[in-house]
Amino acid sequence: MQPYHAPLRDMRFVLYELLGADRQLSALPGWEEVTADLIDPILDEAAKFCREVLFPLNRSGDEEGCRFENGVVRTPKGFKAAYDLFRQGGWTGLMAAGADGGQELPRLLGQMVSEMICSANLAFGIYPGLSQGAYAALAVHGDEALKRAYLPKLASGDWTGTMCLTEPQCGTDLGLIRTRAQPQEDGSARITGTKIFISAGEHDLADNILHLVLARLPDAPKGIKGISLFLVPKFVPGPDGRPGRPNGVACSAIEHKMGINASATCVIHFDDATGYLVGEPNKGMRAMFRMMNEARLAVGIQGLGLAEAAYQGAVAYARERQQGRALGKPSRPDLPADPILVHPDVRRMLLTIRAKTEGARALAAWVALEMDKAARGGDRARREETEDLAALLTPIIKASFTDMGFEAANLGVQVMGGHGYIREHGMEQLVRDARITLLYEGTNGVQALDLIGRKLTAHGGRFLRRFFHPLDAYLAAKAGDPALAEFVQPLAKAFGRLQQASAAIALQGLKNPSDAAAGAADYLRLFGLVAMGFQWARMAETALAALAEGQGGEADFYQAKLATARFFMARLLPECGALLATVAEGGKTLADFPDRAF
Amino acid sequence: MKVLVAVKRVVDYNVKIRVKSDNTGVETANVKMSMNPFDEIGVEEAVRLKEAGKATEIVAVSMGPQACQETIRTALAMGADRGILVLTDAELQPLAVAKILKVLCDKEQPGLVILGKQAIDDDCNQTGQMLAALLDWPQATFASKLELGVSDARVTREIDGGLETITVTLPAVLTTDLRLNEPRYASLPNIMKAKKKPIDTVDPASLGVDVAPRLSTLKVNEPAKRQAGVKVATVADLVAKLKTEAKVI
Repeated sequence: MQPYHAPLRDMRFVLYELLGADRQLSALPGWEEVTADLIDPILDEAAKFCREVLFPLNRSGDEEGCRFENGVVRTPKGFKAAYDLFRQGGWTGLMAAGADGGQELPRLLGQMVSEMICSANLAFGIYPGLSQGAYAALAVHGDEALKRAYLPKLASGDWTGTMCLTEPQCGTDLGLIRTRAQPQEDGSARITGTKIFISAGEHDLADNILHLVLARLPDAPKGIKGISLFLVPKFVPGPDGRPGRPNGVACSAIEHKMGINASATCVIHFDDATGYLVGEPNKGMRAMFRMMNEARLAVGIQGLGLAEAAYQGAVAYARERQQGRALGKPSRPDLPADPILVHPDVRRMLLTIRAKTEGARALAAWVALEMDKAARGGDRARREETEDLAALLTPIIKASFTDMGFEAANLGVQVMGGHGYIREHGMEQLVRDARITLLYEGTNGVQALDLIGRKLTAHGGRFLRRFFHPLDAYLAAKAGDPALAEFVQPLAKAFGRLQQASAAIALQGLKNPSDAAAGAADYLRLFGLVAMGFQWARMAETALAALAEGQGGEADFYQAKLATARFFMARLLPECGALLATVAEGGKTLADFPDRAF
Repeated sequence: MKVLVAVKRVVDYNVKIRVKSDNTGVETANVKMSMNPFDEIGVEEAVRLKEAGKATEIVAVSMGPQACQETIRTALAMGADRGILVLTDAELQPLAVAKILKVLCDKEQPGLVILGKQAIDDDCNQTGQMLAALLDWPQATFASKLELGVSDARVTREIDGGLETITVTLPAVLTTDLRLNEPRYASLPNIMKAKKKPIDTVDPASLGVDVAPRLSTLKVNEPAKRQAGVKVATVADLVAKLKTEAKVI
């Protein structure tokens, strides 16, 4: 199996050369020290940790899976030791506030470290990943006492978090939640109900587990407006702050899944369990959405990590495996056959993965940097602009990156032929692990509906303008540059299609929302391609500038960047035309098909 | 007791080494560099001594271009207290390194100097021994176990025939073998603290050391490609070939 090596060179390209992130971050208050000489060693050490500790547990964790015995979940061999190392290394508190014992580093950095973790061992990454989401929700919506008691424990990784939304009768439609909360005289509440599909709901990695649970208060309004958020610890902390008496929380089973087998997916019963209200009564969805938006971006990064892992595995195989001859002249006449890397279809698959992966990495980094800048500097208007942009791009990052991760893993199998289908090379595990990312935290269909239903329509299209305006300005500024024409022209054409598709969706939305919904997934895919294309044009520009400055020693790196940019523009972006046609068609062919004929 | 640790910046052990096209050396441009793994073991041992209350200060020394500062930072992130960078673009051979370390030892007066037994780039395995000779200190090379006393150290050495245990009086020079310890991962808070720890920069001339190479490299070549093997029909054939062709039995 090909060992994982973090794409550090490409990350540095994005950080320093494309975005100038070191310069921009260190200009912000509190991040003066966040310069390349701090960022580099952090990324280096994270890369080493992922390669040496997490990656070797990926296959064994998948083979062994989690075990459920007498209400206790045992994670696979080595996971506890790896989690302890991870926690002691301070990685759980990378972005947490200094007051909570965290390192308060920028999101951008946290995101790159997350990508590495997801490439090396997605199932492992889910445990600390959920704690991070719980931390974010509690930090914004929890009262002071809750924050003091629980945030430092999440930051240190001593305790982990969960998100308890789903119930047997209630998946996407959270208005159907039945779990009840009974207020108590001491201000706490008693929580009773059953939650399913709870990742990290029960495990042996940490001393305590903090469940963030959606439940209904007794006189709550029906549906989504009557849902409150509660913090329910597995063990109620005693006066000394240590895990105390067992709460009324029990795990009754874990799911047997297609992938991420080392991640415990639990059925959790709450039986008169002590819980504490987070935020205001009946406003639970607000807090949960903060957690959800974090989680959606994080799941997008999972897709990115998996795509990178698939690329590395597929390339290594394509270099080694010798079958057939190049159609022109043999590339290795000294061997009985050429490496399969010579075959156009293999190159097409490898470049498809690579172009999307690098485009996605740049896009995610750009958004993260904007969010970091808004969090630390700038006025209210600036913050609003960034929040708009992040809100717009969250469903796109979630859905298009996870589509990409799954597509990449499938292409990886295809490159390997039958050897990709057997377990030995680890590629089939990537397919199975990737499959969930299109489903959880809102299926990709739900993301598409969020994009057209909420994000496009918000404030008269204001969110959309946050992306369209910078892209428009970029295209206008570079229109006359002959060196960039091969990148800017296809991008401008694709952008035109995105604008047309946006107008079509808006019109359909007014006339017949089913028509808009029918094209939503294609619209999101189109949007994702244009967003990556924007980054590719900028990356090509950056690479050209570096070559012009005579970065002779690294000419190969920049030439490869340009070649990948050309591939993206010439072979991936044209899909926008087909997607526009589908969006414009509306939903008639779907609606006209009789239900009974299915 | 002060401990001085030498850390060398070398091509990362994961990188496939390529010889430069003009055969003058190994390609290091745009290649991932990191701390020599044996030196990492040295830093780890020093940090463990400090954690056990046996060492009071750890000084990490590296030599070479400015980028060696990163290697010192790695040592600082693992737990070293301060660094000394001997800045030079000259080719440094073991004798020059030993001479520079000698001057630094005269200045710093450490109770123990720890070096890797060799660096994974040139595999010289000379610097520690030369340094001990120049300082006229005892040497304990290829250490796989160290028990530090007040005035001496008991060291288990890996030798061809097995393990040898010796006692050296302090101050002494120690070189690390692979099994001495397993280096830790630097924690995120310590990486951040390392940025603020002091690094002094000096150059060989100011230390009064002539680093001019005493050996010149004529040519660097890739090792010969491995020849394809042959299948033998019987064990008797194999034995015969081992006797007559390979001449190993």
